[in-house]
Amino acid sequence: MDSKEQSLIHPWKDEIFQIFKAGGVSQIAYVPDAGHAQVINQVWADKDMAAIPVTTEEDGVASVCGAWLGGQRAVLLMQSSGVGNCVNMFSIINNCRFPFFTLVTMRGEWAEFNQWQTPMGRATEEAFQMMGINVLRADRPETVGEVVSAGFDAAFEGGDAVAILLSQSLIGRKKWGVK
Amino acid sequence: MKSSSSQYGEIDRRVFVKKLIAACPEALIVTGLGSPSYDVYAAGDRDENFYLWGAMGGASAMALGLAIAQPNKSVLVITGDGEQLMGLGSLASIGAQQIKNLTIVVLDNGHYAETGMQKSHTSLGTDLVGVAKACSLDWSMHVKEMSGIDAIAEHVNAKNGSGLANVFIKAEEYPKALPARDGVYIKNRFRAALGLEPF
Repeated sequence: MDSKEQSLIHPWKDEIFQIFKAGGVSQIAYVPDAGHAQVINQVWADKDMAAIPVTTEEDGVASVCGAWLGGQRAVLLMQSSGVGNCVNMFSIINNCRFPFFTLVTMRGEWAEFNQWQTPMGRATEEAFQMMGINVLRADRPETVGEVVSAGFDAAFEGGDAVAILLSQSLIGRKKWGVK
Repeated sequence: MKSSSSQYGEIDRRVFVKKLIAACPEALIVTGLGSPSYDVYAAGDRDENFYLWGAMGGASAMALGLAIAQPNKSVLVITGDGEQLMGLGSLASIGAQQIKNLTIVVLDNGHYAETGMQKSHTSLGTDLVGVAKACSLDWSMHVKEMSGIDAIAEHVNAKNGSGLANVFIKAEEYPKALPARDGVYIKNRFRAALGLEPF
């Protein structure tokens, strides 16, 4: 078996959830991705966190800013393809200097079977940077917790706008079941 | 003053908004960009107003995060048909949360007033009340007369559901009344009104 085959269960995902929990996050807005599935399930099971599925990622940008406006910490979870949907909505963050924290699972960069994911995957980091959002990347399972925690504190203690890219290699090959 | 579609109502947006806000004095208000921001400002500036000058399509979604964060307050979105049409999906997200303290008032003139009165989808067949209902909001209504303010204010003040009022206003342009464009100022002022510290 390919040890890098996609699995939904990873210990580093528990670390991410624990960072949210310890950091007092009250709302998680998301467009689902297999890479975020474990965290999303934990959020739904947690009575102190609101799980907010949005139909497009830009709504998540607006909703997490609204949460901060009302005194709560909120995080946006999305896939790299969703970053392109957000670009104009990132204007809120810049204009109002909202703290902003998002975790992005990457597609189109590692053993990608579906090349439709590749153009946006390749442009993800630059799209954030164009809109003034600081980008950190986690490539290895053992560094995920540290990188996510650093970005989280920069956002919610330092008031920065931070995106964490979770490399596709962390998540592994997607099984397509092609015979 | 340029007027077009006769489909649209006789409600004067400025008078309507002023009376609505007077009837909901405790509400936290988020405005959609363009004319609704001007209408709300013209009704009297208040700390509990968050004026969007951009981020088109984001007003209702922003209000959703705010309403969840402030469950004891009533959150009121005052936006236009064009802005709400760009954020139609946010109605599905609001319906999914089943929250009790969010009201969306769409000032619908069937046109994009800010850009020269081009027709919007509401004058080309879309019924936002039907959309809101299909997205499981608790209530939705068409408002064609000033007296609709009472019904809207009752919902806002009761905090008994999420809802959308589609208000048919005259397709007319009014003199612009310009609130502050400094987002940091507006944000900090709004948060301070809630007792939240500046960052």
